[in-house]
Amino acid sequence: MNNSLYIYLLLLGDNSLILGHRLSELCGHGPNLETDIALTNHSLDLYGQVRSYYQYAAEVKGEGTEDSIAFLRNERQYYNVLLIEQPNSDFAHVICRQFLWDAYHLPLMRSLMKSKDDQISAIATKSEKEASYHLRFSSEWMRRLGDGTEESHAKLQAAFDHLYPYSFELFKETEIEKEMKENGIGANLSLIQTEWKKTTESVFEEANLKLPDTPPALTKGKQGIHTEAMGFILAELQYMQRAYPTMEW
Amino acid sequence: MMSKNNEWPIWEVFIRSKNGLEHRHVGSLHAAGEEMALENARDVYTRRQEGVSIWVVESKHIHATNPSEAGELFEPAADKVYRHPTFYDLPEELKHI
Amino acid sequence: MTQKEISLEEQFQARIDRGESIEPKDWMPEKYRKTHIRQISQHAHSEVVGMLPEGNWITRTPNLRRKVGLLAKVQDEAGHGLYLYSAAETLGISRDEMFEQLHTGKAKYSSIFNYPTLSWADIGTIGWLVDGAAIINQVMLTRTSFGPYARAMVRICKEESFHQRQGYEIMIGLSHGTPEQKEMAQDALNRFWWPSLMMFGPKDDESPNTEMSVKWKIKRKTNDELRQQFIDITIPQAEYLGLTVPDPDLKWNEERGHYDFGAIDWDEFWQVVKGNGPCNKERLAARNKAWDEGAWVRDAALAHAEKKASKNVSKVA
Repeated sequence: MNNSLYIYLLLLGDNSLILGHRLSELCGHGPNLETDIALTNHSLDLYGQVRSYYQYAAEVKGEGTEDSIAFLRNERQYYNVLLIEQPNSDFAHVICRQFLWDAYHLPLMRSLMKSKDDQISAIATKSEKEASYHLRFSSEWMRRLGDGTEESHAKLQAAFDHLYPYSFELFKETEIEKEMKENGIGANLSLIQTEWKKTTESVFEEANLKLPDTPPALTKGKQGIHTEAMGFILAELQYMQRAYPTMEW
Repeated sequence: MMSKNNEWPIWEVFIRSKNGLEHRHVGSLHAAGEEMALENARDVYTRRQEGVSIWVVESKHIHATNPSEAGELFEPAADKVYRHPTFYDLPEELKHI
Repeated sequence: MTQKEISLEEQFQARIDRGESIEPKDWMPEKYRKTHIRQISQHAHSEVVGMLPEGNWITRTPNLRRKVGLLAKVQDEAGHGLYLYSAAETLGISRDEMFEQLHTGKAKYSSIFNYPTLSWADIGTIGWLVDGAAIINQVMLTRTSFGPYARAMVRICKEESFHQRQGYEIMIGLSHGTPEQKEMAQDALNRFWWPSLMMFGPKDDESPNTEMSVKWKIKRKTNDELRQQFIDITIPQAEYLGLTVPDPDLKWNEERGHYDFGAIDWDEFWQVVKGNGPCNKERLAARNKAWDEGAWVRDAALAHAEKKASKNVSKVA
């Protein structure tokens, strides 16, 4: 099997899985019904992407299913960035995390639409529309919270201070990503970063956000080294598959 | 009791289910402003591909007739049967008219 | 009552008897308005509180297919709450006021949601029994006299058609699965059977609202009729699964053409209604927490929209 392609699909799919999981935790607990419904739509979009990536990954690997890939890996074998697994501390964290990722996800999908791998290109073509709407949604909420009240601005700034340093990991190219870029399957992360900067800088400004002067966070999520939060995510995510192995549901 | 009224305004939502058809009222929702109203309408009322186009209008901008005036407004049309084709007698053998 | 009011009320009743819909701006007796605000908001609260027991399992679904099914279902419940609150709002109460009634414990919601979801089989059972019971009620309500309520119900029934199937499909999987899975399914049925029967409300002779509800065509069948209908439909479904309904007195009555069933523990029912169910406090606490923690978000969005609107006005001027 093509191990690099397999890992690349996990790098793509795991972000959607863990972000989908974080958003799904909010279902039934949103600030009002409309917003609750909207965020669940995001979560459902992400799970749709996850299923496409993992189904393809299982095919590439020649064994397993979307579910064995989603539920039966150990923590060190999940390759999502640390930004994604940050907890839903409050709505400002939810929106800020979403925005920092959406602004990366959209240009990533646009780039992968041109992938030499037909399946990746097909997944990206479908996901691009979703990512585009997500970015529109999270940008607007960034402006609302940044501009709304003193309290909302303070909360957004606090979330931003915490999350912004994690955003650098999105663009830290791994060996696999380099290989995939070079063979025309993967994206060029430095080009994505240029797009990301363009999108985010104008929104940061409109939301009156001050860039934190902390250095980029030390991150190795793409190498499978996570925050302590990840173990708890997996404890819930994998509970049924671990407690009742090999059963059909 | 509510301390102050800071509820998001109510909006009425109209959806065109497919091109060629008119927008129809489907329900209402709350939103802080018009952008959000459109997005909320998309998220609430088109989850099952119910639409290709959305209108929203803040409910307070809708003016409606009063049911108590229904008699004077609508009943006078009841006896104007001459506005309908069946009022006119034509021989049955005529076609396409 | 003045002469004029009597005649308005008679006219109103005549409209209902003719099967006409009542619309929000039509004249209606104050009691009709109040009854509808109460019933529709209770119904809405049930949808919203109902998100919690099932939401409890979203992060723990056994596979991805179940994940998206459950998420979409719980999301629908938020939507249904929204449609219903909208219907009640046409009668002159705000959604915030209704939430206030819910959060302070003044308003009721369906007691079934005060039971805990302890295993994955509970999710299947809720879809099968609780949504099954709800559908019976809701199909009847699509023809209720108050227009906005009936329209909300039509929409809800259309969307809900997948909910019960989702639940029953889970149950088929479990009952055809390993002994452990079958046991899980039976245990869930044991715990949810009686509370599901209680969902139809007190017996007719102890239900103060039934007569009025029938007169105004809010309800077209009584609690006991609906309960019987539910049992008659559900028993064959339980048999198909190979599960046993936890009622030793249950048996087919050839003469009546219905199942006879055992006595419902009404003491438990009233305990749960009065707030002493296994999860009443947790459910209210969760709703209050979400609402309170969302306050600054709602305020911020409104403040931003107002600033934007006033900027637009000054641009025009």
